[in-house]
Amino acid sequence: MKKALWTIPVAAAGVAVARKAGATRRSEDRAGDRWLTVTVNRPVAEVRPDGELPGPLQRFAQEIDVRVAPAPGDRGTELAARFKEPTPAVSTSVPARLAGRDPRQDLRRALREAKALLEAGEVLRPDAPPTTRPTPGGKLIGLLGRRSGGEGVL
Amino acid sequence: MKALCWEGVNKLSVEQVPDPELRNDQDVIVRLIAGTTCGSDLHLIGGYIPAMRAGDVIGHEFVGEVVETGSAVRRHKVGDRVVVCSFVGCGRCWYCANDLWSLCDNTNTNPGAGQALFGYETAGIFGYSHAMGGLRGSHAEYVRVPFADYGAFPVPEGIDDTSALFVSDSVPTGWMGADLAGVGPGDVVAVWGCGAVGQMAARAAILLGAERVVCIDRIPERLAMTERHIGAETIDYTTTDVAAELRERTGGRGPDVCIEAVGMEAHSDGPMHLYDQAKQQLRLQTDRPTAVRQAIHACRKAGTVFILGVFAGVVDKFPLGAVINKGLTVRGAQMHGQRYIPMLLERMAAGEIRTSHLATHALPLDQAPRAYDLFKHKTDGCVRAVIRPGR
Repeated sequence: MKKALWTIPVAAAGVAVARKAGATRRSEDRAGDRWLTVTVNRPVAEVRPDGELPGPLQRFAQEIDVRVAPAPGDRGTELAARFKEPTPAVSTSVPARLAGRDPRQDLRRALREAKALLEAGEVLRPDAPPTTRPTPGGKLIGLLGRRSGGEGVL
Repeated sequence: MKALCWEGVNKLSVEQVPDPELRNDQDVIVRLIAGTTCGSDLHLIGGYIPAMRAGDVIGHEFVGEVVETGSAVRRHKVGDRVVVCSFVGCGRCWYCANDLWSLCDNTNTNPGAGQALFGYETAGIFGYSHAMGGLRGSHAEYVRVPFADYGAFPVPEGIDDTSALFVSDSVPTGWMGADLAGVGPGDVVAVWGCGAVGQMAARAAILLGAERVVCIDRIPERLAMTERHIGAETIDYTTTDVAAELRERTGGRGPDVCIEAVGMEAHSDGPMHLYDQAKQQLRLQTDRPTAVRQAIHACRKAGTVFILGVFAGVVDKFPLGAVINKGLTVRGAQMHGQRYIPMLLERMAAGEIRTSHLATHALPLDQAPRAYDLFKHKTDGCVRAVIRPGR
């Protein structure tokens, strides 16, 4: 009987994973259509003067819908963008994300750059070279770093 | 140029690395006059902070001289002696505009990594892993300082290099803990940790009007230094029951404000230390929250606990029940230095804050690994080892 006790946490974990996977699938179904959003600490008139898109977003002009609204509490402007055509679900796009070919990565990076340019006047560039010792672990972190600007929770 | 590089867990060496260059128009290049070891560096040296790469230059607390300015820099010129805030802030995002500089939206060049760790990324910090911005550190002959108009501050003539150095990080970190914890006249404040940050938090609490300030540590020379240079009472936790001692000194109430200035590699002399260490080594928790637990238990009902120590991830046996049932306010933050540094330099010039006693050791950059060894093991009474490239 004692030996069988280990099955309780394992089974519980299995159920939890299955439920989580179900929830993840449901949320992934919507992920391709989700708005990617930043809040820019500038007024609407500066974020989209005369209807113009901020510079980094202009190359996406034909592919994206853009939404601009004042942020509550004097926090600036909510700038949101999403592709007109649905993009692949997050779960099936992992290889593309690792290779840096998921279109959402470029859009996230463009939104972040637009925010930085509007607020701070420049996009901070990392030091170069980032490090001086090529190691396997370092290369992995370097790869993740290169993808990092296009990943995250926008 | 020469620089101190992280080469792997518990491996440091001085290496030749390329000189920094202006990468943005708002950058300056600073020639290092002095930098210092910091307790938070020990976490990344020991492998507790993720996303370090072999060859990364470490160091984030420094004073130096401006030798080159970007085309958009307005407040600095070549030759200025400046102390530089360890966190980099753009100065114009909502967080910087609201004096929450360590949360800047625009200075972490790896936002996805920070978001994976914390939900949202922090600001960038010099020499503190690729998850915290990936910026090169300051234990070098030169360092690039982004957004220098906001993060570099001229040092008044009457303040010497060694004293100014600690305004880069330790002094504002300590001040922020006391300030954001709401320390005011009549308060009894307990501070866990008598390192540089703990001492500065205690000094800030005194200057903000606290009635009594009690600091807790186990290192005799640090306890003595805190009494002598800061003017606070002390408790050696190896010789007494800290909670009982604090109850006795506060009429049974407990401290109004408890400030934790220890961080993720806390020590204690009880069985919980062995438990925490085992779980941390097995990676079942990333941090040892010993001092945080003590602070939460010792704090008076409806008091405030401020967590100043650096924590990276998740902890076990966090006394959430005490937080809820005692009605505590628990806050934490990385350092919003730009908010405090000008005021702190004025107080330093006026003699209200003294830091030179913290610099117990001074070594040239070539011996920087030894500086960290002295600092880590608290050998020879080391509180802070100052590293000078020019010596």
